[in-house]
Amino acid sequence: MALTREQIENIAHLARLELKQPEVAVYQDSLSSIFEFVSELDRANTASVAPMAHPLPGLSQRLRPDVATETDAHERYQANAPQTAAGLYLVPKVIE
Amino acid sequence: MIHTLTVTQLAAGLRAKEFSSVELTRHFLDRIEASQPVLNAFISVTREAALKAAQAADQDLAAGRGGPLTGVPIAHKDIFCTEGVKTSCGSKMLDNFVAPYDATVVAKLKAAGAVMLGKLNMDEFAMGSSNETSYYGVVRNPWNTDLVPGGSSGGSAAAVAARIAPAATATDTGGSIRQPAALCGVTGVKPTYGRVSRYGMIAFASSLDQGGIITPTAQDAALLLREMAGFDSRDSTSVEAPVPDYVAALEQPLRGLKIGLLKEFFEKGLDPENEKCIRAALSVYENLGATLREVSLPNLPLSVPAYYVVAPAECSSNLARFDGVRFGHRCENPKDLMDLYKRSRGEGFGAEVKRRIMTGTYVLSAGYYDAYYLKAQKVRALIAADFARAFKEVDVLIGPTTPTPAFAIGAKTSDPVTMYLNDIYTIGANLAGLPAMSLPCGFVQNLPVGLQIVSPQFGEARMLNVAHAYQRETDWHTRMPEAYR
Repeated sequence: MALTREQIENIAHLARLELKQPEVAVYQDSLSSIFEFVSELDRANTASVAPMAHPLPGLSQRLRPDVATETDAHERYQANAPQTAAGLYLVPKVIE
Repeated sequence: MIHTLTVTQLAAGLRAKEFSSVELTRHFLDRIEASQPVLNAFISVTREAALKAAQAADQDLAAGRGGPLTGVPIAHKDIFCTEGVKTSCGSKMLDNFVAPYDATVVAKLKAAGAVMLGKLNMDEFAMGSSNETSYYGVVRNPWNTDLVPGGSSGGSAAAVAARIAPAATATDTGGSIRQPAALCGVTGVKPTYGRVSRYGMIAFASSLDQGGIITPTAQDAALLLREMAGFDSRDSTSVEAPVPDYVAALEQPLRGLKIGLLKEFFEKGLDPENEKCIRAALSVYENLGATLREVSLPNLPLSVPAYYVVAPAECSSNLARFDGVRFGHRCENPKDLMDLYKRSRGEGFGAEVKRRIMTGTYVLSAGYYDAYYLKAQKVRALIAADFARAFKEVDVLIGPTTPTPAFAIGAKTSDPVTMYLNDIYTIGANLAGLPAMSLPCGFVQNLPVGLQIVSPQFGEARMLNVAHAYQRETDWHTRMPEAYR
Protein backbone atom coordinates (compact mmCIF):
# COMPACT_ATOMS: atom_id res chain seq x y z
CA MET A 1 0.00 0.00 0.00
CA ALA A 2 1.54 3.28 -1.12
CA LEU A 3 0.62 6.53 0.60
CA THR A 4 0.51 9.76 -1.38
CA ARG A 5 2.23 13.03 -0.47
CA GLU A 6 -1.17 14.51 0.31
CA GLN A 7 -1.96 11.66 2.70
CA ILE A 8 1.34 12.14 4.56
CA GLU A 9 0.71 15.87 4.79
CA ASN A 10 -2.78 15.25 6.11
CA ILE A 11 -1.56 12.74 8.74
CA ALA A 12 1.13 15.21 9.84
CA HIS A 13 -1.53 17.92 10.14
CA LEU A 14 -3.78 15.65 12.25
CA ALA A 15 -0.75 14.84 14.44
CA ARG A 16 0.17 18.56 14.66
CA LEU A 17 3.65 17.97 13.27
CA GLU A 18 5.37 20.36 10.92
CA LEU A 19 7.36 18.40 8.34
CA LYS A 20 10.13 19.83 6.19
CA GLN A 21 9.66 19.09 2.48
CA PRO A 22 12.40 16.40 2.29
CA GLU A 23 10.83 14.63 5.31
CA VAL A 24 7.56 14.13 3.45
CA ALA A 25 9.12 11.79 0.88
CA VAL A 26 10.98 9.87 3.62
CA TYR A 27 7.77 9.24 5.55
CA GLN A 28 5.90 8.43 2.36
CA ASP A 29 8.33 5.54 1.83
CA SER A 30 8.64 4.32 5.40
CA LEU A 31 4.96 4.56 6.35
CA SER A 32 4.03 2.76 3.14
CA SER A 33 6.37 -0.10 4.01
CA ILE A 34 5.11 -0.20 7.61
CA PHE A 35 1.48 -0.45 6.47
CA GLU A 36 2.40 -3.14 3.99
CA PHE A 37 4.14 -5.02 6.81
CA VAL A 38 1.23 -4.74 9.25
CA SER A 39 -1.24 -5.87 6.57
CA GLU A 40 -0.03 -9.38 7.49
CA LEU A 41 -2.64 -9.11 10.23
CA ASP A 42 -5.30 -9.74 7.59
CA ARG A 43 -4.18 -13.38 7.54
CA ALA A 44 -5.59 -13.97 11.04
CA ASN A 45 -9.15 -15.17 11.38
CA THR A 46 -10.59 -12.90 14.05
CA ALA A 47 -14.29 -13.37 13.22
CA SER A 48 -15.45 -14.23 16.76
CA VAL A 49 -12.58 -12.71 18.76
CA ALA A 50 -13.16 -9.96 21.32
CA PRO A 51 -10.50 -7.22 21.07
CA MET A 52 -7.99 -7.08 23.92
CA ALA A 53 -7.33 -3.56 25.12
CA HIS A 54 -5.41 -4.53 28.20
CA PRO A 55 -3.24 -7.41 29.46
CA LEU A 56 -4.91 -7.77 32.87
CA PRO A 57 -8.27 -9.52 32.55
CA GLY A 58 -10.89 -8.35 35.00
CA LEU A 59 -9.06 -5.20 36.04
CA SER A 60 -11.55 -2.48 36.80
CA GLN A 61 -11.10 1.15 37.67
CA ARG A 62 -10.63 1.63 41.39
CA LEU A 63 -12.73 4.03 43.42
CA ARG A 64 -11.42 5.98 46.39
CA PRO A 65 -12.99 8.18 49.04
CA ASP A 66 -13.70 11.66 47.72
CA VAL A 67 -11.11 13.50 49.79
CA ALA A 68 -8.25 15.73 48.68
CA THR A 69 -4.98 13.80 48.59
CA GLU A 70 -2.80 16.05 46.44
CA THR A 71 -1.47 19.40 47.55
CA ASP A 72 -1.30 22.45 45.28
CA ALA A 73 2.02 22.31 43.42
CA HIS A 74 1.24 24.46 40.42
CA GLU A 75 4.17 26.80 40.99
CA ARG A 76 6.57 23.88 41.00
CA TYR A 77 4.97 22.41 37.89
CA GLN A 78 4.87 25.74 36.07
CA ALA A 79 8.61 26.17 36.60
CA ASN A 80 8.95 23.98 33.49
CA ALA A 81 6.56 26.07 31.37
CA PRO A 82 7.97 28.18 28.52
CA GLN A 83 5.77 31.19 29.42
CA THR A 84 3.39 31.90 32.32
CA ALA A 85 1.80 34.92 33.94
CA ALA A 86 -0.29 35.15 37.12
CA GLY A 87 -0.31 31.36 37.42
CA LEU A 88 -1.60 30.91 33.86
CA TYR A 89 0.06 29.35 30.84
CA LEU A 90 0.54 31.82 27.99
CA VAL A 91 -0.13 30.97 24.34
CA PRO A 92 -0.49 33.14 21.20
CA LYS A 93 -3.80 35.00 20.96
CA VAL A 94 -6.63 32.59 20.07
CA ILE A 95 -9.64 34.92 19.80
CA GLU A 96 -9.37 38.15 17.82
CA MET B 1 38.22 -5.01 41.98
CA ILE B 2 35.22 -3.55 43.68
CA HIS B 3 33.25 -3.05 40.44
CA THR B 4 33.35 -6.76 39.61
CA LEU B 5 31.15 -7.50 42.63
CA THR B 6 27.45 -8.17 42.19
CA VAL B 7 24.79 -5.94 43.76
CA THR B 8 24.18 -8.63 46.40
CA GLN B 9 27.90 -8.68 47.25
CA LEU B 10 28.10 -4.89 47.34
CA ALA B 11 25.15 -4.64 49.73
CA ALA B 12 26.71 -7.29 52.00
CA GLY B 13 30.15 -5.63 51.82
CA LEU B 14 28.66 -2.29 52.84
CA ARG B 15 26.89 -3.83 55.82
CA ALA B 16 30.12 -5.62 56.84
CA LYS B 17 32.01 -2.27 56.51
CA GLU B 18 34.45 -3.74 53.99
CA PHE B 19 34.13 -0.49 52.08
CA SER B 20 32.07 2.67 52.47
CA SER B 21 29.32 3.94 50.21
CA VAL B 22 31.38 7.07 49.53
CA GLU B 23 34.33 4.94 48.32
CA LEU B 24 32.02 2.83 46.21
CA THR B 25 30.13 5.79 44.77
CA ARG B 26 33.33 7.67 43.95
CA HIS B 27 34.75 4.57 42.26
CA PHE B 28 31.71 4.20 39.99
CA LEU B 29 31.54 7.96 39.28
CA ASP B 30 35.18 7.85 38.17
CA ARG B 31 34.46 4.86 35.94
CA ILE B 32 31.48 6.66 34.40
CA GLU B 33 33.62 9.73 33.69
CA ALA B 34 36.38 7.66 32.10
CA SER B 35 33.97 5.67 29.90
CA GLN B 36 31.68 8.51 28.84
CA PRO B 37 33.65 9.75 25.77
CA VAL B 38 33.45 6.25 24.28
CA LEU B 39 30.28 4.58 25.60
CA ASN B 40 28.07 7.68 26.05
CA ALA B 41 25.89 5.64 28.41
CA PHE B 42 24.84 8.62 30.56
CA ILE B 43 22.82 11.74 29.79
CA SER B 44 23.32 13.31 33.24
CA VAL B 45 25.77 12.41 36.00
CA THR B 46 24.72 13.67 39.44
CA ARG B 47 28.12 13.53 41.14
CA GLU B 48 27.53 15.93 44.03
CA ALA B 49 24.11 14.61 44.95
CA ALA B 50 25.43 11.05 44.72
CA LEU B 51 28.32 11.72 47.09
CA LYS B 52 25.99 13.49 49.51
CA ALA B 53 23.57 10.55 49.47
CA ALA B 54 26.51 8.16 49.92
CA GLN B 55 27.66 10.09 53.02
CA ALA B 56 24.17 9.85 54.48
CA ALA B 57 24.13 6.12 53.67
CA ASP B 58 27.43 5.64 55.46
CA GLN B 59 26.00 7.34 58.55
CA ASP B 60 22.99 5.04 58.41
CA LEU B 61 25.22 1.99 58.05
CA ALA B 62 27.41 3.13 60.95
CA ALA B 63 24.32 3.52 63.11
CA GLY B 64 23.04 0.08 62.11
CA ARG B 65 20.07 1.63 60.32
CA GLY B 66 19.21 1.37 56.69
CA GLY B 67 17.48 -0.85 54.20
CA PRO B 68 18.52 -3.76 52.01
CA LEU B 69 20.23 -1.51 49.44
CA THR B 70 21.68 1.14 51.72
CA GLY B 71 24.70 2.72 50.07
CA VAL B 72 24.49 0.74 46.80
CA PRO B 73 24.97 3.02 43.77
CA ILE B 74 22.51 2.58 40.90
CA ALA B 75 21.54 4.57 37.81
CA HIS B 76 18.13 5.33 36.33
CA LYS B 77 17.03 5.22 32.73
CA ASP B 78 16.25 8.82 31.79
CA ILE B 79 12.58 7.90 31.31
CA PHE B 80 12.02 7.91 35.10
CA CYS B 81 11.26 11.29 36.67
CA THR B 82 13.84 12.31 39.28
CA GLU B 83 12.98 15.35 41.38
CA GLY B 84 15.20 18.35 40.65
CA VAL B 85 17.18 16.48 37.99
CA LYS B 86 16.81 16.81 34.21
CA THR B 87 14.60 14.02 32.84
CA SER B 88 14.93 14.11 29.05
CA CYS B 89 13.58 10.75 27.85
CA GLY B 90 16.38 10.94 25.27
CA SER B 91 14.56 13.75 23.45
CA LYS B 92 15.23 17.35 22.46
CA MET B 93 11.59 17.86 23.44
CA LEU B 94 12.51 17.41 27.13
CA ASP B 95 16.08 18.71 27.03
CA ASN B 96 15.01 21.55 29.34
CA PHE B 97 12.69 19.50 31.59
CA VAL B 98 13.55 19.24 35.28
CA ALA B 99 11.23 16.71 36.90
CA PRO B 100 9.17 18.20 39.73
CA TYR B 101 8.74 14.83 41.49
CA ASP B 102 10.22 11.33 41.75
CA ALA B 103 8.77 8.37 39.87
CA THR B 104 7.50 5.69 42.28
CA VAL B 105 10.33 3.36 41.20
CA VAL B 106 12.87 6.08 41.99
CA ALA B 107 11.24 6.85 45.35
CA LYS B 108 11.09 3.17 46.33
CA LEU B 109 14.73 2.51 45.50
CA LYS B 110 15.72 5.67 47.35
CA ALA B 111 13.73 4.49 50.38
CA ALA B 112 15.55 1.15 50.20
CA GLY B 113 18.83 3.08 50.51
CA ALA B 114 20.12 3.11 46.92
CA VAL B 115 22.34 6.02 45.82
CA MET B 116 21.63 7.51 42.37
CA LEU B 117 24.69 8.02 40.13
CA GLY B 118 22.83 9.69 37.29
CA LYS B 119 20.49 9.27 34.33
CA LEU B 120 21.07 6.84 31.49
CA ASN B 121 20.94 7.34 27.75
CA MET B 122 18.12 5.67 25.81
CA ASP B 123 16.32 5.70 22.48
CA GLU B 124 14.15 8.81 22.19
CA PHE B 125 10.92 8.20 24.15
CA ALA B 126 12.01 4.52 24.31
CA MET B 127 11.31 4.12 20.58
CA GLY B 128 14.13 2.12 19.10
CA SER B 129 16.02 -1.16 19.27
CA SER B 130 19.58 0.14 18.96
CA ASN B 131 19.91 3.33 21.02
CA GLU B 132 20.55 5.22 17.79
CA THR B 133 17.48 7.48 18.04
CA SER B 134 18.64 9.35 21.17
CA TYR B 135 18.98 13.15 20.88
CA TYR B 136 22.14 12.70 22.99
CA GLY B 137 23.87 10.41 20.51
CA VAL B 138 24.35 6.72 20.08
CA VAL B 139 25.44 4.50 23.00
CA ARG B 140 28.23 2.05 22.14
CA ASN B 141 28.38 -1.62 23.05
CA PRO B 142 31.17 -2.23 25.62
CA TRP B 143 32.00 -5.56 23.95
CA ASN B 144 32.74 -3.89 20.63
CA THR B 145 32.33 -0.15 20.27
CA ASP B 146 31.49 -0.35 16.55
CA LEU B 147 28.27 -2.11 17.52
CA VAL B 148 24.96 -1.02 19.04
CA PRO B 149 24.11 -1.92 22.65
CA GLY B 150 20.48 -2.60 21.69
CA GLY B 151 17.56 -0.48 22.81
CA SER B 152 15.70 1.25 24.01
CA SER B 153 17.44 0.75 27.40
CA GLY B 154 20.85 0.79 25.69
CA GLY B 155 22.45 3.06 28.29
CA SER B 156 21.22 0.83 31.13
CA ALA B 157 22.56 -2.37 29.55
CA ALA B 158 25.90 -0.84 28.48
CA ALA B 159 26.43 0.69 31.94
CA VAL B 160 25.92 -2.62 33.74
CA ALA B 161 27.96 -4.57 31.16
CA ALA B 162 30.90 -2.16 31.60
CA ARG B 163 30.33 -2.12 35.38
CA ILE B 164 30.18 1.65 35.43
CA ALA B 165 26.98 1.18 37.44
CA PRO B 166 26.21 -1.89 39.57
CA ALA B 167 22.56 -1.93 38.41
CA ALA B 168 20.24 0.18 36.29
CA THR B 169 16.51 0.67 36.01
CA ALA B 170 15.00 0.18 32.56
CA THR B 171 11.66 -0.11 30.80
CA ASP B 172 10.28 -2.63 28.32
CA THR B 173 7.43 -1.93 25.88
CA GLY B 174 8.40 -4.42 23.16
CA GLY B 175 11.74 -5.82 24.38
CA SER B 176 13.56 -2.69 25.55
CA ILE B 177 14.98 -4.38 28.67
CA ARG B 178 15.60 -7.88 27.33
CA GLN B 179 17.06 -7.10 23.89
CA PRO B 180 19.81 -4.71 25.12
CA ALA B 181 20.50 -7.03 28.10
CA ALA B 182 21.06 -9.84 25.57
CA LEU B 183 23.28 -7.76 23.28
CA CYS B 184 25.39 -6.50 26.21
CA GLY B 185 25.64 -9.80 28.12
CA VAL B 186 23.77 -8.83 31.29
CA THR B 187 20.59 -9.93 33.10
CA GLY B 188 17.43 -7.96 32.33
CA VAL B 189 13.99 -8.48 33.86
CA LYS B 190 10.64 -7.23 32.56
CA PRO B 191 8.02 -7.96 35.23
CA THR B 192 4.33 -8.72 34.69
CA TYR B 193 2.34 -5.74 33.38
CA GLY B 194 1.10 -3.85 36.45
CA ARG B 195 3.70 -5.32 38.85
CA VAL B 196 5.90 -2.20 38.96
CA SER B 197 4.31 1.25 39.10
CA ARG B 198 4.31 3.36 35.94
CA TYR B 199 3.86 6.60 37.92
CA GLY B 200 6.52 9.08 36.87
CA MET B 201 7.71 6.81 34.07
CA ILE B 202 7.21 8.79 30.86
CA ALA B 203 4.51 7.00 28.88
CA PHE B 204 5.06 5.47 25.44
CA ALA B 205 2.40 2.76 25.01
CA SER B 206 0.44 2.51 28.24
CA SER B 207 -1.01 -0.99 27.80
CA LEU B 208 2.50 -2.40 27.15
CA ASP B 209 4.98 -0.28 29.17
CA GLN B 210 6.54 -1.93 32.21
CA GLY B 211 9.47 -0.87 34.38
CA GLY B 212 12.16 -3.34 35.35
CA ILE B 213 15.83 -3.80 36.10
CA ILE B 214 19.16 -4.65 34.50
CA THR B 215 21.77 -6.28 36.77
CA PRO B 216 24.78 -8.60 36.65
CA THR B 217 22.81 -11.58 38.03
CA ALA B 218 19.30 -12.95 38.55
CA GLN B 219 19.95 -12.87 42.30
CA ASP B 220 20.59 -9.12 42.05
CA ALA B 221 17.43 -8.66 39.99
CA ALA B 222 15.44 -10.48 42.70
CA LEU B 223 16.91 -8.19 45.37
CA LEU B 224 16.05 -5.01 43.45
CA LEU B 225 12.68 -6.12 42.11
CA ARG B 226 11.54 -6.94 45.65
CA GLU B 227 11.99 -3.24 46.43
CA MET B 228 10.61 -1.83 43.15
CA ALA B 229 7.43 -3.91 42.83
CA GLY B 230 4.12 -3.36 44.54
CA PHE B 231 0.79 -1.59 44.41
CA ASP B 232 0.70 2.15 43.77
CA SER B 233 -2.56 4.07 43.95
CA ARG B 234 -1.05 6.64 41.54
CA ASP B 235 -0.97 4.12 38.67
CA SER B 236 -4.45 3.13 37.51
CA THR B 237 -3.24 -0.25 36.20
CA SER B 238 -1.08 -1.11 39.21
CA VAL B 239 -2.01 -4.52 40.56
CA GLU B 240 -3.15 -4.92 44.16
CA ALA B 241 -1.26 -8.09 45.01
CA PRO B 242 1.41 -8.74 47.65
CA VAL B 243 5.03 -8.89 46.45
CA PRO B 244 6.60 -12.30 47.11
CA ASP B 245 10.09 -12.50 48.58
CA TYR B 246 11.89 -13.08 45.28
CA VAL B 247 15.25 -13.57 47.02
CA ALA B 248 13.92 -16.29 49.34
CA ALA B 249 12.47 -18.17 46.34
CA LEU B 250 15.76 -18.35 44.41
CA GLU B 251 17.06 -21.66 45.70
CA GLN B 252 14.13 -23.96 44.89
CA PRO B 253 15.23 -27.11 43.07
CA LEU B 254 14.29 -27.40 39.40
CA ARG B 255 13.55 -31.12 39.45
CA GLY B 256 10.29 -31.69 37.61
CA LEU B 257 10.26 -28.22 35.99
CA LYS B 258 8.47 -28.37 32.65
CA ILE B 259 10.17 -26.15 30.07
CA GLY B 260 8.39 -25.27 26.84
CA LEU B 261 10.39 -24.63 23.68
CA LEU B 262 8.50 -22.31 21.39
CA LYS B 263 8.56 -23.89 17.98
CA GLU B 264 8.13 -20.47 16.38
CA PHE B 265 11.29 -19.15 18.14
CA PHE B 266 13.50 -21.78 16.57
CA GLU B 267 12.24 -21.33 13.04
CA LYS B 268 13.58 -19.04 10.32
CA GLY B 269 15.72 -16.07 11.26
CA LEU B 270 17.54 -17.53 14.26
CA ASP B 271 21.30 -17.37 13.75
CA PRO B 272 22.61 -21.00 13.87
CA GLU B 273 25.46 -20.02 16.22
CA ASN B 274 23.00 -18.33 18.58
CA GLU B 275 20.87 -21.45 18.45
CA LYS B 276 23.83 -23.61 19.56
CA CYS B 277 24.20 -21.48 22.71
CA ILE B 278 20.47 -21.77 23.45
CA ARG B 279 20.48 -25.56 22.94
CA ALA B 280 23.52 -25.88 25.25
CA ALA B 281 21.66 -23.91 27.93
CA LEU B 282 18.67 -26.21 27.57
CA SER B 283 20.86 -29.23 28.28
CA VAL B 284 22.07 -27.52 31.48
CA TYR B 285 18.41 -27.42 32.50
CA GLU B 286 17.93 -31.08 31.62
CA ASN B 287 20.87 -31.94 33.85
CA LEU B 288 19.15 -30.03 36.65
CA GLY B 289 16.12 -32.29 36.32
CA ALA B 290 13.89 -30.21 34.06
CA THR B 291 12.02 -31.73 31.14
CA LEU B 292 11.73 -30.13 27.72
CA ARG B 293 8.82 -30.19 25.36
CA GLU B 294 8.03 -28.32 22.18
CA VAL B 295 4.98 -26.09 22.19
CA SER B 296 3.51 -24.08 19.36
CA LEU B 297 1.96 -20.61 19.49
CA PRO B 298 0.52 -20.38 15.98
CA ASN B 299 -0.39 -16.70 16.19
CA LEU B 300 2.98 -15.57 17.57
CA PRO B 301 4.44 -14.67 14.14
CA LEU B 302 1.81 -11.91 14.02
CA SER B 303 3.09 -10.27 17.20
CA VAL B 304 5.40 -7.77 15.47
CA PRO B 305 2.73 -6.46 13.05
CA ALA B 306 0.16 -6.33 15.90
CA TYR B 307 2.63 -4.42 18.05
CA TYR B 308 3.39 -1.91 15.28
CA VAL B 309 -0.27 -0.96 15.21
CA VAL B 310 -1.03 -0.98 18.96
CA ALA B 311 2.17 0.70 20.20
CA PRO B 312 2.18 3.62 17.71
CA ALA B 313 -1.55 4.16 18.33
CA GLU B 314 -0.99 4.51 22.07
CA CYS B 315 2.17 6.57 21.44
CA SER B 316 0.35 9.07 19.23
CA SER B 317 -2.18 9.59 22.00
CA ASN B 318 0.35 9.77 24.87
CA LEU B 319 2.70 12.13 23.05
CA ALA B 320 -0.12 14.57 22.29
CA ARG B 321 0.70 16.11 25.70
CA PHE B 322 3.89 17.64 24.27
CA ASP B 323 2.35 20.80 22.89
CA GLY B 324 4.89 23.53 23.64
CA VAL B 325 2.54 25.05 26.21
CA ARG B 326 3.08 23.49 29.63
CA PHE B 327 6.57 21.94 29.48
CA GLY B 328 9.16 20.89 26.96
CA HIS B 329 10.41 22.53 23.79
CA ARG B 330 8.63 25.60 22.40
CA CYS B 331 9.43 27.04 18.96
CA GLU B 332 10.54 30.66 18.54
CA ASN B 333 7.95 33.36 17.69
CA PRO B 334 4.85 31.27 16.99
CA LYS B 335 2.41 33.18 14.81
CA ASP B 336 -0.68 31.43 16.18
CA LEU B 337 -1.63 28.43 18.31
CA MET B 338 -1.54 25.95 15.40
CA ASP B 339 1.92 27.17 14.42
CA LEU B 340 3.03 26.81 18.06
CA TYR B 341 1.89 23.18 18.20
CA LYS B 342 3.21 22.16 14.82
CA ARG B 343 6.63 23.76 14.99
CA SER B 344 7.27 22.91 18.66
CA ARG B 345 6.48 19.25 17.92
CA GLY B 346 8.20 19.22 14.53
CA GLU B 347 11.41 20.62 16.08
CA GLY B 348 11.25 18.78 19.41
CA PHE B 349 10.68 15.21 18.18
CA GLY B 350 13.23 13.16 16.25
CA ALA B 351 12.59 11.18 13.06
CA GLU B 352 11.59 7.83 14.60
CA VAL B 353 9.24 9.40 17.15
CA LYS B 354 7.52 11.37 14.37
CA ARG B 355 7.24 8.19 12.32
CA ARG B 356 5.47 6.39 15.16
CA ILE B 357 3.20 9.31 15.99
CA MET B 358 2.11 9.46 12.33
CA THR B 359 1.66 5.68 12.11
CA GLY B 360 -0.51 5.82 15.22
CA THR B 361 -2.45 8.84 14.03
CA TYR B 362 -3.26 7.06 10.78
CA VAL B 363 -4.39 3.75 12.33
CA LEU B 364 -6.68 5.61 14.73
CA SER B 365 -8.13 7.95 12.10
CA ALA B 366 -11.70 7.74 10.86
CA GLY B 367 -12.19 4.95 8.33
CA TYR B 368 -9.03 3.04 9.29
CA TYR B 369 -9.67 2.25 12.96
CA ASP B 370 -11.42 -1.09 12.32
CA ALA B 371 -8.99 -2.26 9.66
CA TYR B 372 -5.87 -1.62 11.74
CA TYR B 373 -6.38 -0.87 15.42
CA LEU B 374 -9.36 -3.10 16.15
CA LYS B 375 -7.88 -5.90 14.05
CA ALA B 376 -4.57 -5.67 15.94
CA GLN B 377 -6.35 -5.78 19.32
CA LYS B 378 -8.12 -8.95 18.19
CA VAL B 379 -4.86 -10.54 17.06
CA ARG B 380 -3.44 -9.52 20.42
CA ALA B 381 -6.20 -11.54 22.10
CA LEU B 382 -5.29 -14.56 19.95
CA ILE B 383 -1.62 -14.27 20.95
CA ALA B 384 -2.48 -13.98 24.66
CA ALA B 385 -4.73 -17.05 24.34
CA ASP B 386 -1.87 -18.97 22.68
CA PHE B 387 0.39 -18.22 25.67
CA ALA B 388 -2.36 -19.17 28.15
CA ARG B 389 -2.78 -22.52 26.36
CA ALA B 390 1.00 -23.16 26.44
CA PHE B 391 1.18 -22.44 30.18
CA LYS B 392 -1.37 -25.18 30.82
CA GLU B 393 1.29 -27.62 29.64
CA VAL B 394 4.56 -26.07 30.80
CA ASP B 395 5.86 -23.93 33.69
CA VAL B 396 8.10 -21.59 31.71
CA LEU B 397 9.00 -20.98 28.08
CA ILE B 398 12.68 -20.75 27.18
CA GLY B 399 14.28 -19.65 23.92
CA PRO B 400 16.43 -16.96 22.35
CA THR B 401 16.04 -13.26 23.23
CA THR B 402 17.25 -12.02 19.84
CA PRO B 403 17.84 -13.61 16.42
CA THR B 404 21.50 -12.49 16.27
CA PRO B 405 24.17 -10.92 18.51
CA ALA B 406 24.76 -7.14 18.42
CA PHE B 407 24.85 -5.51 14.97
CA ALA B 408 26.85 -2.57 13.61
CA ILE B 409 25.92 1.03 14.33
CA GLY B 410 24.06 2.30 11.25
CA ALA B 411 23.36 -1.18 9.83
CA LYS B 412 19.57 -1.08 10.25
CA THR B 413 18.70 2.60 10.41
CA SER B 414 17.61 2.98 6.79
CA ASP B 415 14.71 0.51 6.95
CA PRO B 416 12.39 0.75 9.96
CA VAL B 417 10.76 -2.65 9.32
CA THR B 418 14.16 -4.43 9.47
CA MET B 419 14.84 -2.68 12.77
CA TYR B 420 11.39 -3.59 14.12
CA LEU B 421 12.01 -7.30 13.40
CA ASN B 422 14.77 -7.26 16.03
CA ASP B 423 12.09 -7.59 18.66
CA ILE B 424 10.49 -10.65 17.07
CA TYR B 425 11.07 -12.87 20.14
CA THR B 426 10.35 -10.28 22.82
CA ILE B 427 7.14 -8.53 21.76
CA GLY B 428 4.79 -11.44 22.53
CA ALA B 429 5.37 -11.11 26.29
CA ASN B 430 4.42 -7.43 26.17
CA LEU B 431 1.24 -8.03 24.20
CA ALA B 432 0.17 -10.70 26.71
CA GLY B 433 1.47 -8.80 29.78
CA LEU B 434 3.78 -11.64 30.84
CA PRO B 435 6.99 -11.43 32.88
CA ALA B 436 10.08 -12.26 30.85
CA MET B 437 13.83 -11.93 31.21
CA SER B 438 17.10 -12.33 29.38
CA LEU B 439 20.34 -13.73 30.78
CA PRO B 440 23.72 -14.39 29.20
CA CYS B 441 24.19 -17.94 27.87
CA GLY B 442 27.31 -17.87 25.71
CA PHE B 443 29.25 -15.99 23.07
CA VAL B 444 29.34 -15.88 19.29
CA GLN B 445 32.50 -14.23 17.93
CA ASN B 446 33.17 -12.70 21.33
CA LEU B 447 29.67 -11.18 21.48
CA PRO B 448 27.18 -12.16 24.18
CA VAL B 449 24.07 -14.22 23.44
CA GLY B 450 20.88 -13.92 25.50
CA LEU B 451 18.62 -16.68 26.77
CA GLN B 452 15.00 -15.66 27.28
CA ILE B 453 12.68 -17.06 29.95
CA VAL B 454 8.94 -16.24 29.83
CA SER B 455 6.60 -17.03 32.72
CA PRO B 456 2.86 -16.89 33.36
CA GLN B 457 1.54 -13.61 34.82
CA PHE B 458 2.96 -12.93 38.31
CA GLY B 459 5.40 -15.83 37.91
CA GLU B 460 8.48 -13.66 38.59
CA ALA B 461 9.58 -15.72 41.60
CA ARG B 462 9.75 -18.95 39.63
CA MET B 463 11.29 -17.21 36.61
CA LEU B 464 14.11 -15.71 38.73
CA ASN B 465 14.59 -19.07 40.42
CA VAL B 466 14.98 -20.75 37.01
CA ALA B 467 17.50 -18.10 35.93
CA HIS B 468 19.44 -18.26 39.20
CA ALA B 469 19.75 -22.06 38.97
CA TYR B 470 21.37 -21.64 35.54
CA GLN B 471 23.76 -18.98 36.81
CA ARG B 472 24.88 -21.30 39.63
CA GLU B 473 25.91 -23.86 36.99
CA THR B 474 27.52 -21.51 34.46
CA ASP B 475 29.79 -18.46 34.49
CA TRP B 476 28.64 -16.54 31.40
CA HIS B 477 27.19 -13.81 33.62
CA THR B 478 30.62 -13.20 35.21
CA ARG B 479 32.33 -12.41 31.88
CA MET B 480 33.21 -8.77 31.37
CA PRO B 481 34.37 -6.84 28.32
CA GLU B 482 38.16 -6.61 28.36
CA ALA B 483 38.40 -2.82 28.42
CA TYR B 484 36.24 -2.60 31.57
CA ARG B 485 37.54 -5.42 33.79
